[in-house]
Amino acid sequence: MSSYIKRPNRALQLYAVLFLIVLYVPVLFIPLFSFNDSIYVRFPLQGFTLQWYGELWTREPVWNALWNSVKVGLVVSVISTVLGVMAARAITRTRMRGKGALVTFIMMPLVIPGIIFGVALLVLLSRMGVPLSLYTVGLGHLIICLPFAVATLLPRFEGFDPSMEEASADLGENGWWTFWRVTFPMVLPGIVASLLLTFTISFDEFIMAFFLTGTDPTLPMYIWGQLRFPKEFPSVLAMAALILFVSFALVFVAQWIGRKGLEDQE
Amino acid sequence: MAETSLPKSRTADRPPRASGSRILRLFQRSESARGYLMMGPTLAIMTFGIVVPFVILLVISLWTRQGFGFDTTLTLNNYIRSWNEPIYGSLMLRSFWMSGVATVATVLLCYPMAYFVAFHVHRNKMLWIILMTLPFWTSYLLRVFAWKVILGYEGVINSGLMSVGLIEAPLSFLLYSPTAVIITLAHAWAAFAILPLYVSLEKIDRSLLEAATDLGDGPMARFFRVTLPLSMPGVIAASFLIFIPTTGDYITPALLGGPDGAMIGNLIQLQFGAVNNWPMGATLSIVLMFWIAALALVFLLVTRKVQGRIT
Amino acid sequence: MTPSDRFISIRNVSKRFGAFTAIEEVSMDIAQGEFFSLLGASGCGKTTLLRMLAGFESTSNGEIFIDDQPMSDVPPHHRPVNMVFQSYAIFPHLNVRDNIAYGLRKQKLTAARRAEMVEEMLDLIKLPGYGSRKANELSGGQRQRIALARALILRPKVLLLDEPLGALDKQLREQMQLELRALQRQVGITFVFVTHDQEEALTLSDRIAVMSGGKVLQVDTPAGLYEAPRTRAVASFIGNMNFFHGTVRRNGSAMAAIEAEGLGTIPMATAQLTKPDGAPVHIGLRPEKFSLSPTRPEAGLAVEGRLRTAAYMGERSQYYLSIPGKAEPVAVSAPNTDRRMGADDLPEGQALWLSWSPEAIVILDTD
Repeated sequence: MSSYIKRPNRALQLYAVLFLIVLYVPVLFIPLFSFNDSIYVRFPLQGFTLQWYGELWTREPVWNALWNSVKVGLVVSVISTVLGVMAARAITRTRMRGKGALVTFIMMPLVIPGIIFGVALLVLLSRMGVPLSLYTVGLGHLIICLPFAVATLLPRFEGFDPSMEEASADLGENGWWTFWRVTFPMVLPGIVASLLLTFTISFDEFIMAFFLTGTDPTLPMYIWGQLRFPKEFPSVLAMAALILFVSFALVFVAQWIGRKGLEDQE
Repeated sequence: MAETSLPKSRTADRPPRASGSRILRLFQRSESARGYLMMGPTLAIMTFGIVVPFVILLVISLWTRQGFGFDTTLTLNNYIRSWNEPIYGSLMLRSFWMSGVATVATVLLCYPMAYFVAFHVHRNKMLWIILMTLPFWTSYLLRVFAWKVILGYEGVINSGLMSVGLIEAPLSFLLYSPTAVIITLAHAWAAFAILPLYVSLEKIDRSLLEAATDLGDGPMARFFRVTLPLSMPGVIAASFLIFIPTTGDYITPALLGGPDGAMIGNLIQLQFGAVNNWPMGATLSIVLMFWIAALALVFLLVTRKVQGRIT
Repeated sequence: MTPSDRFISIRNVSKRFGAFTAIEEVSMDIAQGEFFSLLGASGCGKTTLLRMLAGFESTSNGEIFIDDQPMSDVPPHHRPVNMVFQSYAIFPHLNVRDNIAYGLRKQKLTAARRAEMVEEMLDLIKLPGYGSRKANELSGGQRQRIALARALILRPKVLLLDEPLGALDKQLREQMQLELRALQRQVGITFVFVTHDQEEALTLSDRIAVMSGGKVLQVDTPAGLYEAPRTRAVASFIGNMNFFHGTVRRNGSAMAAIEAEGLGTIPMATAQLTKPDGAPVHIGLRPEKFSLSPTRPEAGLAVEGRLRTAAYMGERSQYYLSIPGKAEPVAVSAPNTDRRMGADDLPEGQALWLSWSPEAIVILDTD
């Protein structure tokens, strides 16, 4: 590889650093002010305190909302990933007529604003007489997460030599066993990525949840409700900071595991 | 050479089994049938989630509000109103303008970053990608609120500048304006731009760049003649991924738009909330979708013409 | 048990993909224990036919029998057939031992017995002790042998090989060809081998089916295909061939001859020529069947030509001469029996006599 093309470019490096700073600073204000001893979010800082975290502990609705979001997120991520695997396999392995149109149809939620889905589903459910609840929120999330699952898994299946599965069948394994012994281990990184992605999307989703929530709020709904009360606000910041820390930790652990896996292989 | 026999295998001499039932055999013969069966649940959900609601949305848009219920006589009244009454048109126009500016800003600002990671990072690319997308693991709501905090009257920028002594009174134009919305949108959706841009830049065959250099192009020419055109699919994907969802956003305008920064999403949400005019809300949603599709088509045609001119 | 001549029987099989016909009315019988090759250019249908034997494609028409059992309702994992794939399809997440033992899962064997069988296979393919290696770390040739072992350990009645040597470099390929042939003789299993390389087919096979455009042109032994091709297509696909138009000349049942362009009148045995007087005919003469000499030979058929180009190819040289009465030059191949350093000492335009014997002539169907 010619090193001419890859000469380091000082301006770009500077830009990259600045970019990251601008990207992170607003996000880092959240944990910053969660330790601030003041209910107002402004400079100058008033002093360090852990009281908001303490308050958080006692605030039951927060944990309920968190638990609701986790429940919905887990169910949606598992279902959408399973369906995504089936769909990706069908798309890449079988010669179906009308495949192109089919894929476009499934990917449609990616190109339609969430508010329209929220509205359309709300209308549908109300005409059907179905009461709003976490299930309806889950359904809405499932519809927007499925395309993401398929989009994440499709490249994995496409990059996977189909003669592997044929070899397995040739050596005596039926469809089910072939899937578990050959397909699954090879698309596993894609499955993990899909689970993480769809969980994150569902966990953070607000626009559709707004239209489809019943009496049990998801975490974003709860936060929205709290934004009107400045007194409550620092606790919300504390919660958000906690979620931030946990996400960071999860991602680093996943990276570390992934790297260990690679090392073991070598 | 002595005859080498293979290890004895017990199944070798059993007669081969045909598959059980007739139906199973049909599936073995027809690949198409197998494929559709496997996609069954996915298709069912998507049909239920996309087709059915949209049909109903369409139907409702042709109804009229009547007290707490609906007058179900089909009429195009709502559509006529949305065309005639200036508020709808101007709000939609403003929404598209704001989303458009945010999209352009985001793509322009994120491109160099994606370029940097694709071409100038040699180890730990994964780490950089994670670094760039990590902020988006936080709640979207809170990121928007973080900007409210930053831009507010007593917010970070103002109180910071004041405590340092650079300004006397807080700057009031920062918040509750279209600008605030655009800045927030650009920041909040940056990850959706970076990933497609990065992927399309990463895929570019480096030997093409070497060939261009060999044929006489300097770095600038090389970028405009080879890198940029080849990264166009990524640019288009990024643009769509940001433009389309942001046109329907109502959180950001609600929190920091003020009256000048309201978008069509707010109006639609109101129809289903306080104003309680569901038919109108449905109409506006459909009109929004129509215009998005039209704009997307125009955009694709334009980029194709431009690409034709460059290459 | 006497080995069956129709161990694999393909009867009137066709395969269509939508509007495209990949295989049209193909029939052939493959004997038990035979090394049988399907030879043809890309797109001729040979791989599709192989996949139909394996069960990965269904037949649109016709029937396939293996050991007298119809295969149309039998899915791939139940067929007594195993395949070595073109890409080898070695499972990257399993080591060598687990790859080879993969198909043994369904047989309730003890771990010890399984390990023993794997070791036997590793010895057979000459990779002893490689069991715990990661499959990804091996070279192309090694992976190919593992793919072989993985298939053979299941004692299939038929082994299918889909261009298994295509990815190897020339030296390795020739070595593997010999090993493959020896292996087949050792284990006695029927091999069906797909290739586009005619030299490979000629080296390895007991019989070859030449395919083109989804049809079978000829099924014969290597010598049969080379020395007695039935049609122009087969003749030009295998080796090089000089083609000549001609007319049949008969005089009752006594004399028969062919008046060939440029070669003059060639007497032929009447048994060979069944066409009537005046009928058009195509004949072929392989380049190596000609002899070259600077002067007219004393006896036999000969014609004078002029040298156009010569190509030095190491073990032999290829000469192109133009003869009066024929538009294209005639290719003549001669072994370099004496050492020559540098360029040929025959100048362009040099007059040379070509001679050949009538037995070397191949009469082709006018197709």
